[in-house]
Amino acid sequence: MKFIEINNCYKIYKNGQTAIADLNLEIKKGEFVFIIGATASGKSTLIKMLYREEKPTKGEVIVGGINVAKLRNSKVYKLRRRIGVVFQDFKLLPKLTVYENVAFGLESLGLKNDEIKPKVLKALEKVGLKEKFRSFPNQLSGGEQQRVCIARAIVNEPKLLICDEPTGNLDPDTSKEIMKVIDSINKDGTTVVMATHDKDIVNRMKKRVIAIENGVKINDSLKGSYKVHESH
Amino acid sequence: MKAIRILRRNISSAFKSVVRNFSLSIASIACTAITLILVALAVVLTINVNNFTKELESELTIVTYFEEGTSKEDIDATIKRIESLAGYESHEFKSKEDWKMDMQATSSELNTALSYIENPLLDSVVVKVSDVTKLSSTAKEIQKLEHVSDAKYGEGMVDQVITIFKVVQNATVVIVIALILVTAFLISNTIKLTIFSRRNEIEIMRLVGTSNTVIRLPFIFEGFILGVLGSIIPIIITVYGYILLYDHFKGYLFTNIIKLVNPANVVVVVSIVILILGSIVGMFGSYRAVRKYLKI
Ligand SMILES: Nc1ncnc2c1ncn2[C@@H]1O[C@H](COP(=O)(O)OP(=O)(O)OP(=O)(O)O)[C@@H](O)[C@H]1O
Ligand SMILES: [Mg+2]
Repeated sequence: MKFIEINNCYKIYKNGQTAIADLNLEIKKGEFVFIIGATASGKSTLIKMLYREEKPTKGEVIVGGINVAKLRNSKVYKLRRRIGVVFQDFKLLPKLTVYENVAFGLESLGLKNDEIKPKVLKALEKVGLKEKFRSFPNQLSGGEQQRVCIARAIVNEPKLLICDEPTGNLDPDTSKEIMKVIDSINKDGTTVVMATHDKDIVNRMKKRVIAIENGVKINDSLKGSYKVHESH
Repeated sequence: MKAIRILRRNISSAFKSVVRNFSLSIASIACTAITLILVALAVVLTINVNNFTKELESELTIVTYFEEGTSKEDIDATIKRIESLAGYESHEFKSKEDWKMDMQATSSELNTALSYIENPLLDSVVVKVSDVTKLSSTAKEIQKLEHVSDAKYGEGMVDQVITIFKVVQNATVVIVIALILVTAFLISNTIKLTIFSRRNEIEIMRLVGTSNTVIRLPFIFEGFILGVLGSIIPIIITVYGYILLYDHFKGYLFTNIIKLVNPANVVVVVSIVILILGSIVGMFGSYRAVRKYLKI
């Protein structure tokens, strides 16, 4: 069953920079997909179109039945409620505890406190941080901070988890742990799309790999590995 | 229920950020207060001038004297012309015989004196104008007419006071409009600061799918709070100030011609106007900032 469908998609930024060109792509429900490519190849642009941070200039991007290109600004929140996003920089709120950081989004969605609590604890358990729920972000290691971000992304049980270089700031061992967490979220049924630079991770995980170069898809292989032309 | 929860969380976050941006908040509140004090002054003045003008209306008469020997026909023709003037409301003819009888009735000396000589008085018409602001202009026009020897109206001072009030009122309106713009700008700047200081929170809310309205609401609330806090001092000043003024002058200003409106009728109206205006200016300022700086 298709979950993401991209047809003849182009993204040309206002300054004339073409970031994605004639992209066609299908991702099934429950898949784990890596997006790889050299710097400035268009990985983040592709990912941003999935959660409608950027609008495609041309073509279709359909996520969970919603046509992102046609989605009005005032309706974007409907798409976002089905998606969790994790970034390279953690974007945690420094004055809030781990628990509060994870609960923050749910509060702004207007959930009751007694609905929020079990969801937050479940998400923290999933990422293995239940004991540290009272800590502040600056009391945590980088890997732990990233795990809080993952908990925050999955707390509302999204159908799709999007990660843009989630291990970019972490050492190899910590990266491994983070990947274990993401993999186990995928095993629970959540579709995962992850952009990365990290050869080791891609080679080890043996998932579907989509390689892009200068905005063009150059390779799409199941159980693939990191293959980018050496010309860079 | 969900809406109430969101509202409650929003209000508390708005209050927190008023405290967090303390110095800018104080500046906004002070500016709002100064503006609103002037608004209060303008409103108090307007209420009083309107009332005072109405009170005078019953005595808005111009006594027009005709030149000696003007014929009955000429007098009628002149009265016709007076009737066509803009400020005209009604008239009453008063002949020199009427005046003579009036005077003879006031004192016995005048009575004897007037009964021996030929009537030295002039025929006249008492013209009533529709409102006090037309008094002097109408008198001037009557004066210009043929056969009119003189056109006189009541207290010269009344006219002066009204002119001064009008000038003050107009100046206040101009100043108030300018100050409202400055205030809205200042509030808008305060909110801008809040938006920047909370950009991470905003981004996270956007990512989890908080609706645009809910994201914007706390900032509009913050503007509202600033506006309401800014109207407290002006309200206190108006209530106490006007009551003190009224008591001090025993209900009259300068002379016993100008009667002040009873505080009970003024204070409530002015307070409500200030409060509404304060909150509107606050919300308008924050709305501006939200539109400009909160990209959703
Ligand atoms: N907002 C923007 N406005 C204009 N050009 C942009 C914008 N964002 C990205 N670009 C350009 O689009 C191209 C693709 O950028 P993108 O961020 O998608 O690359 P990336 O593959 O994520 O790179 P990296 O691995 O360094 O994160 C680059 O040439 C970049 O300069
Ligand atoms: Mg990138």
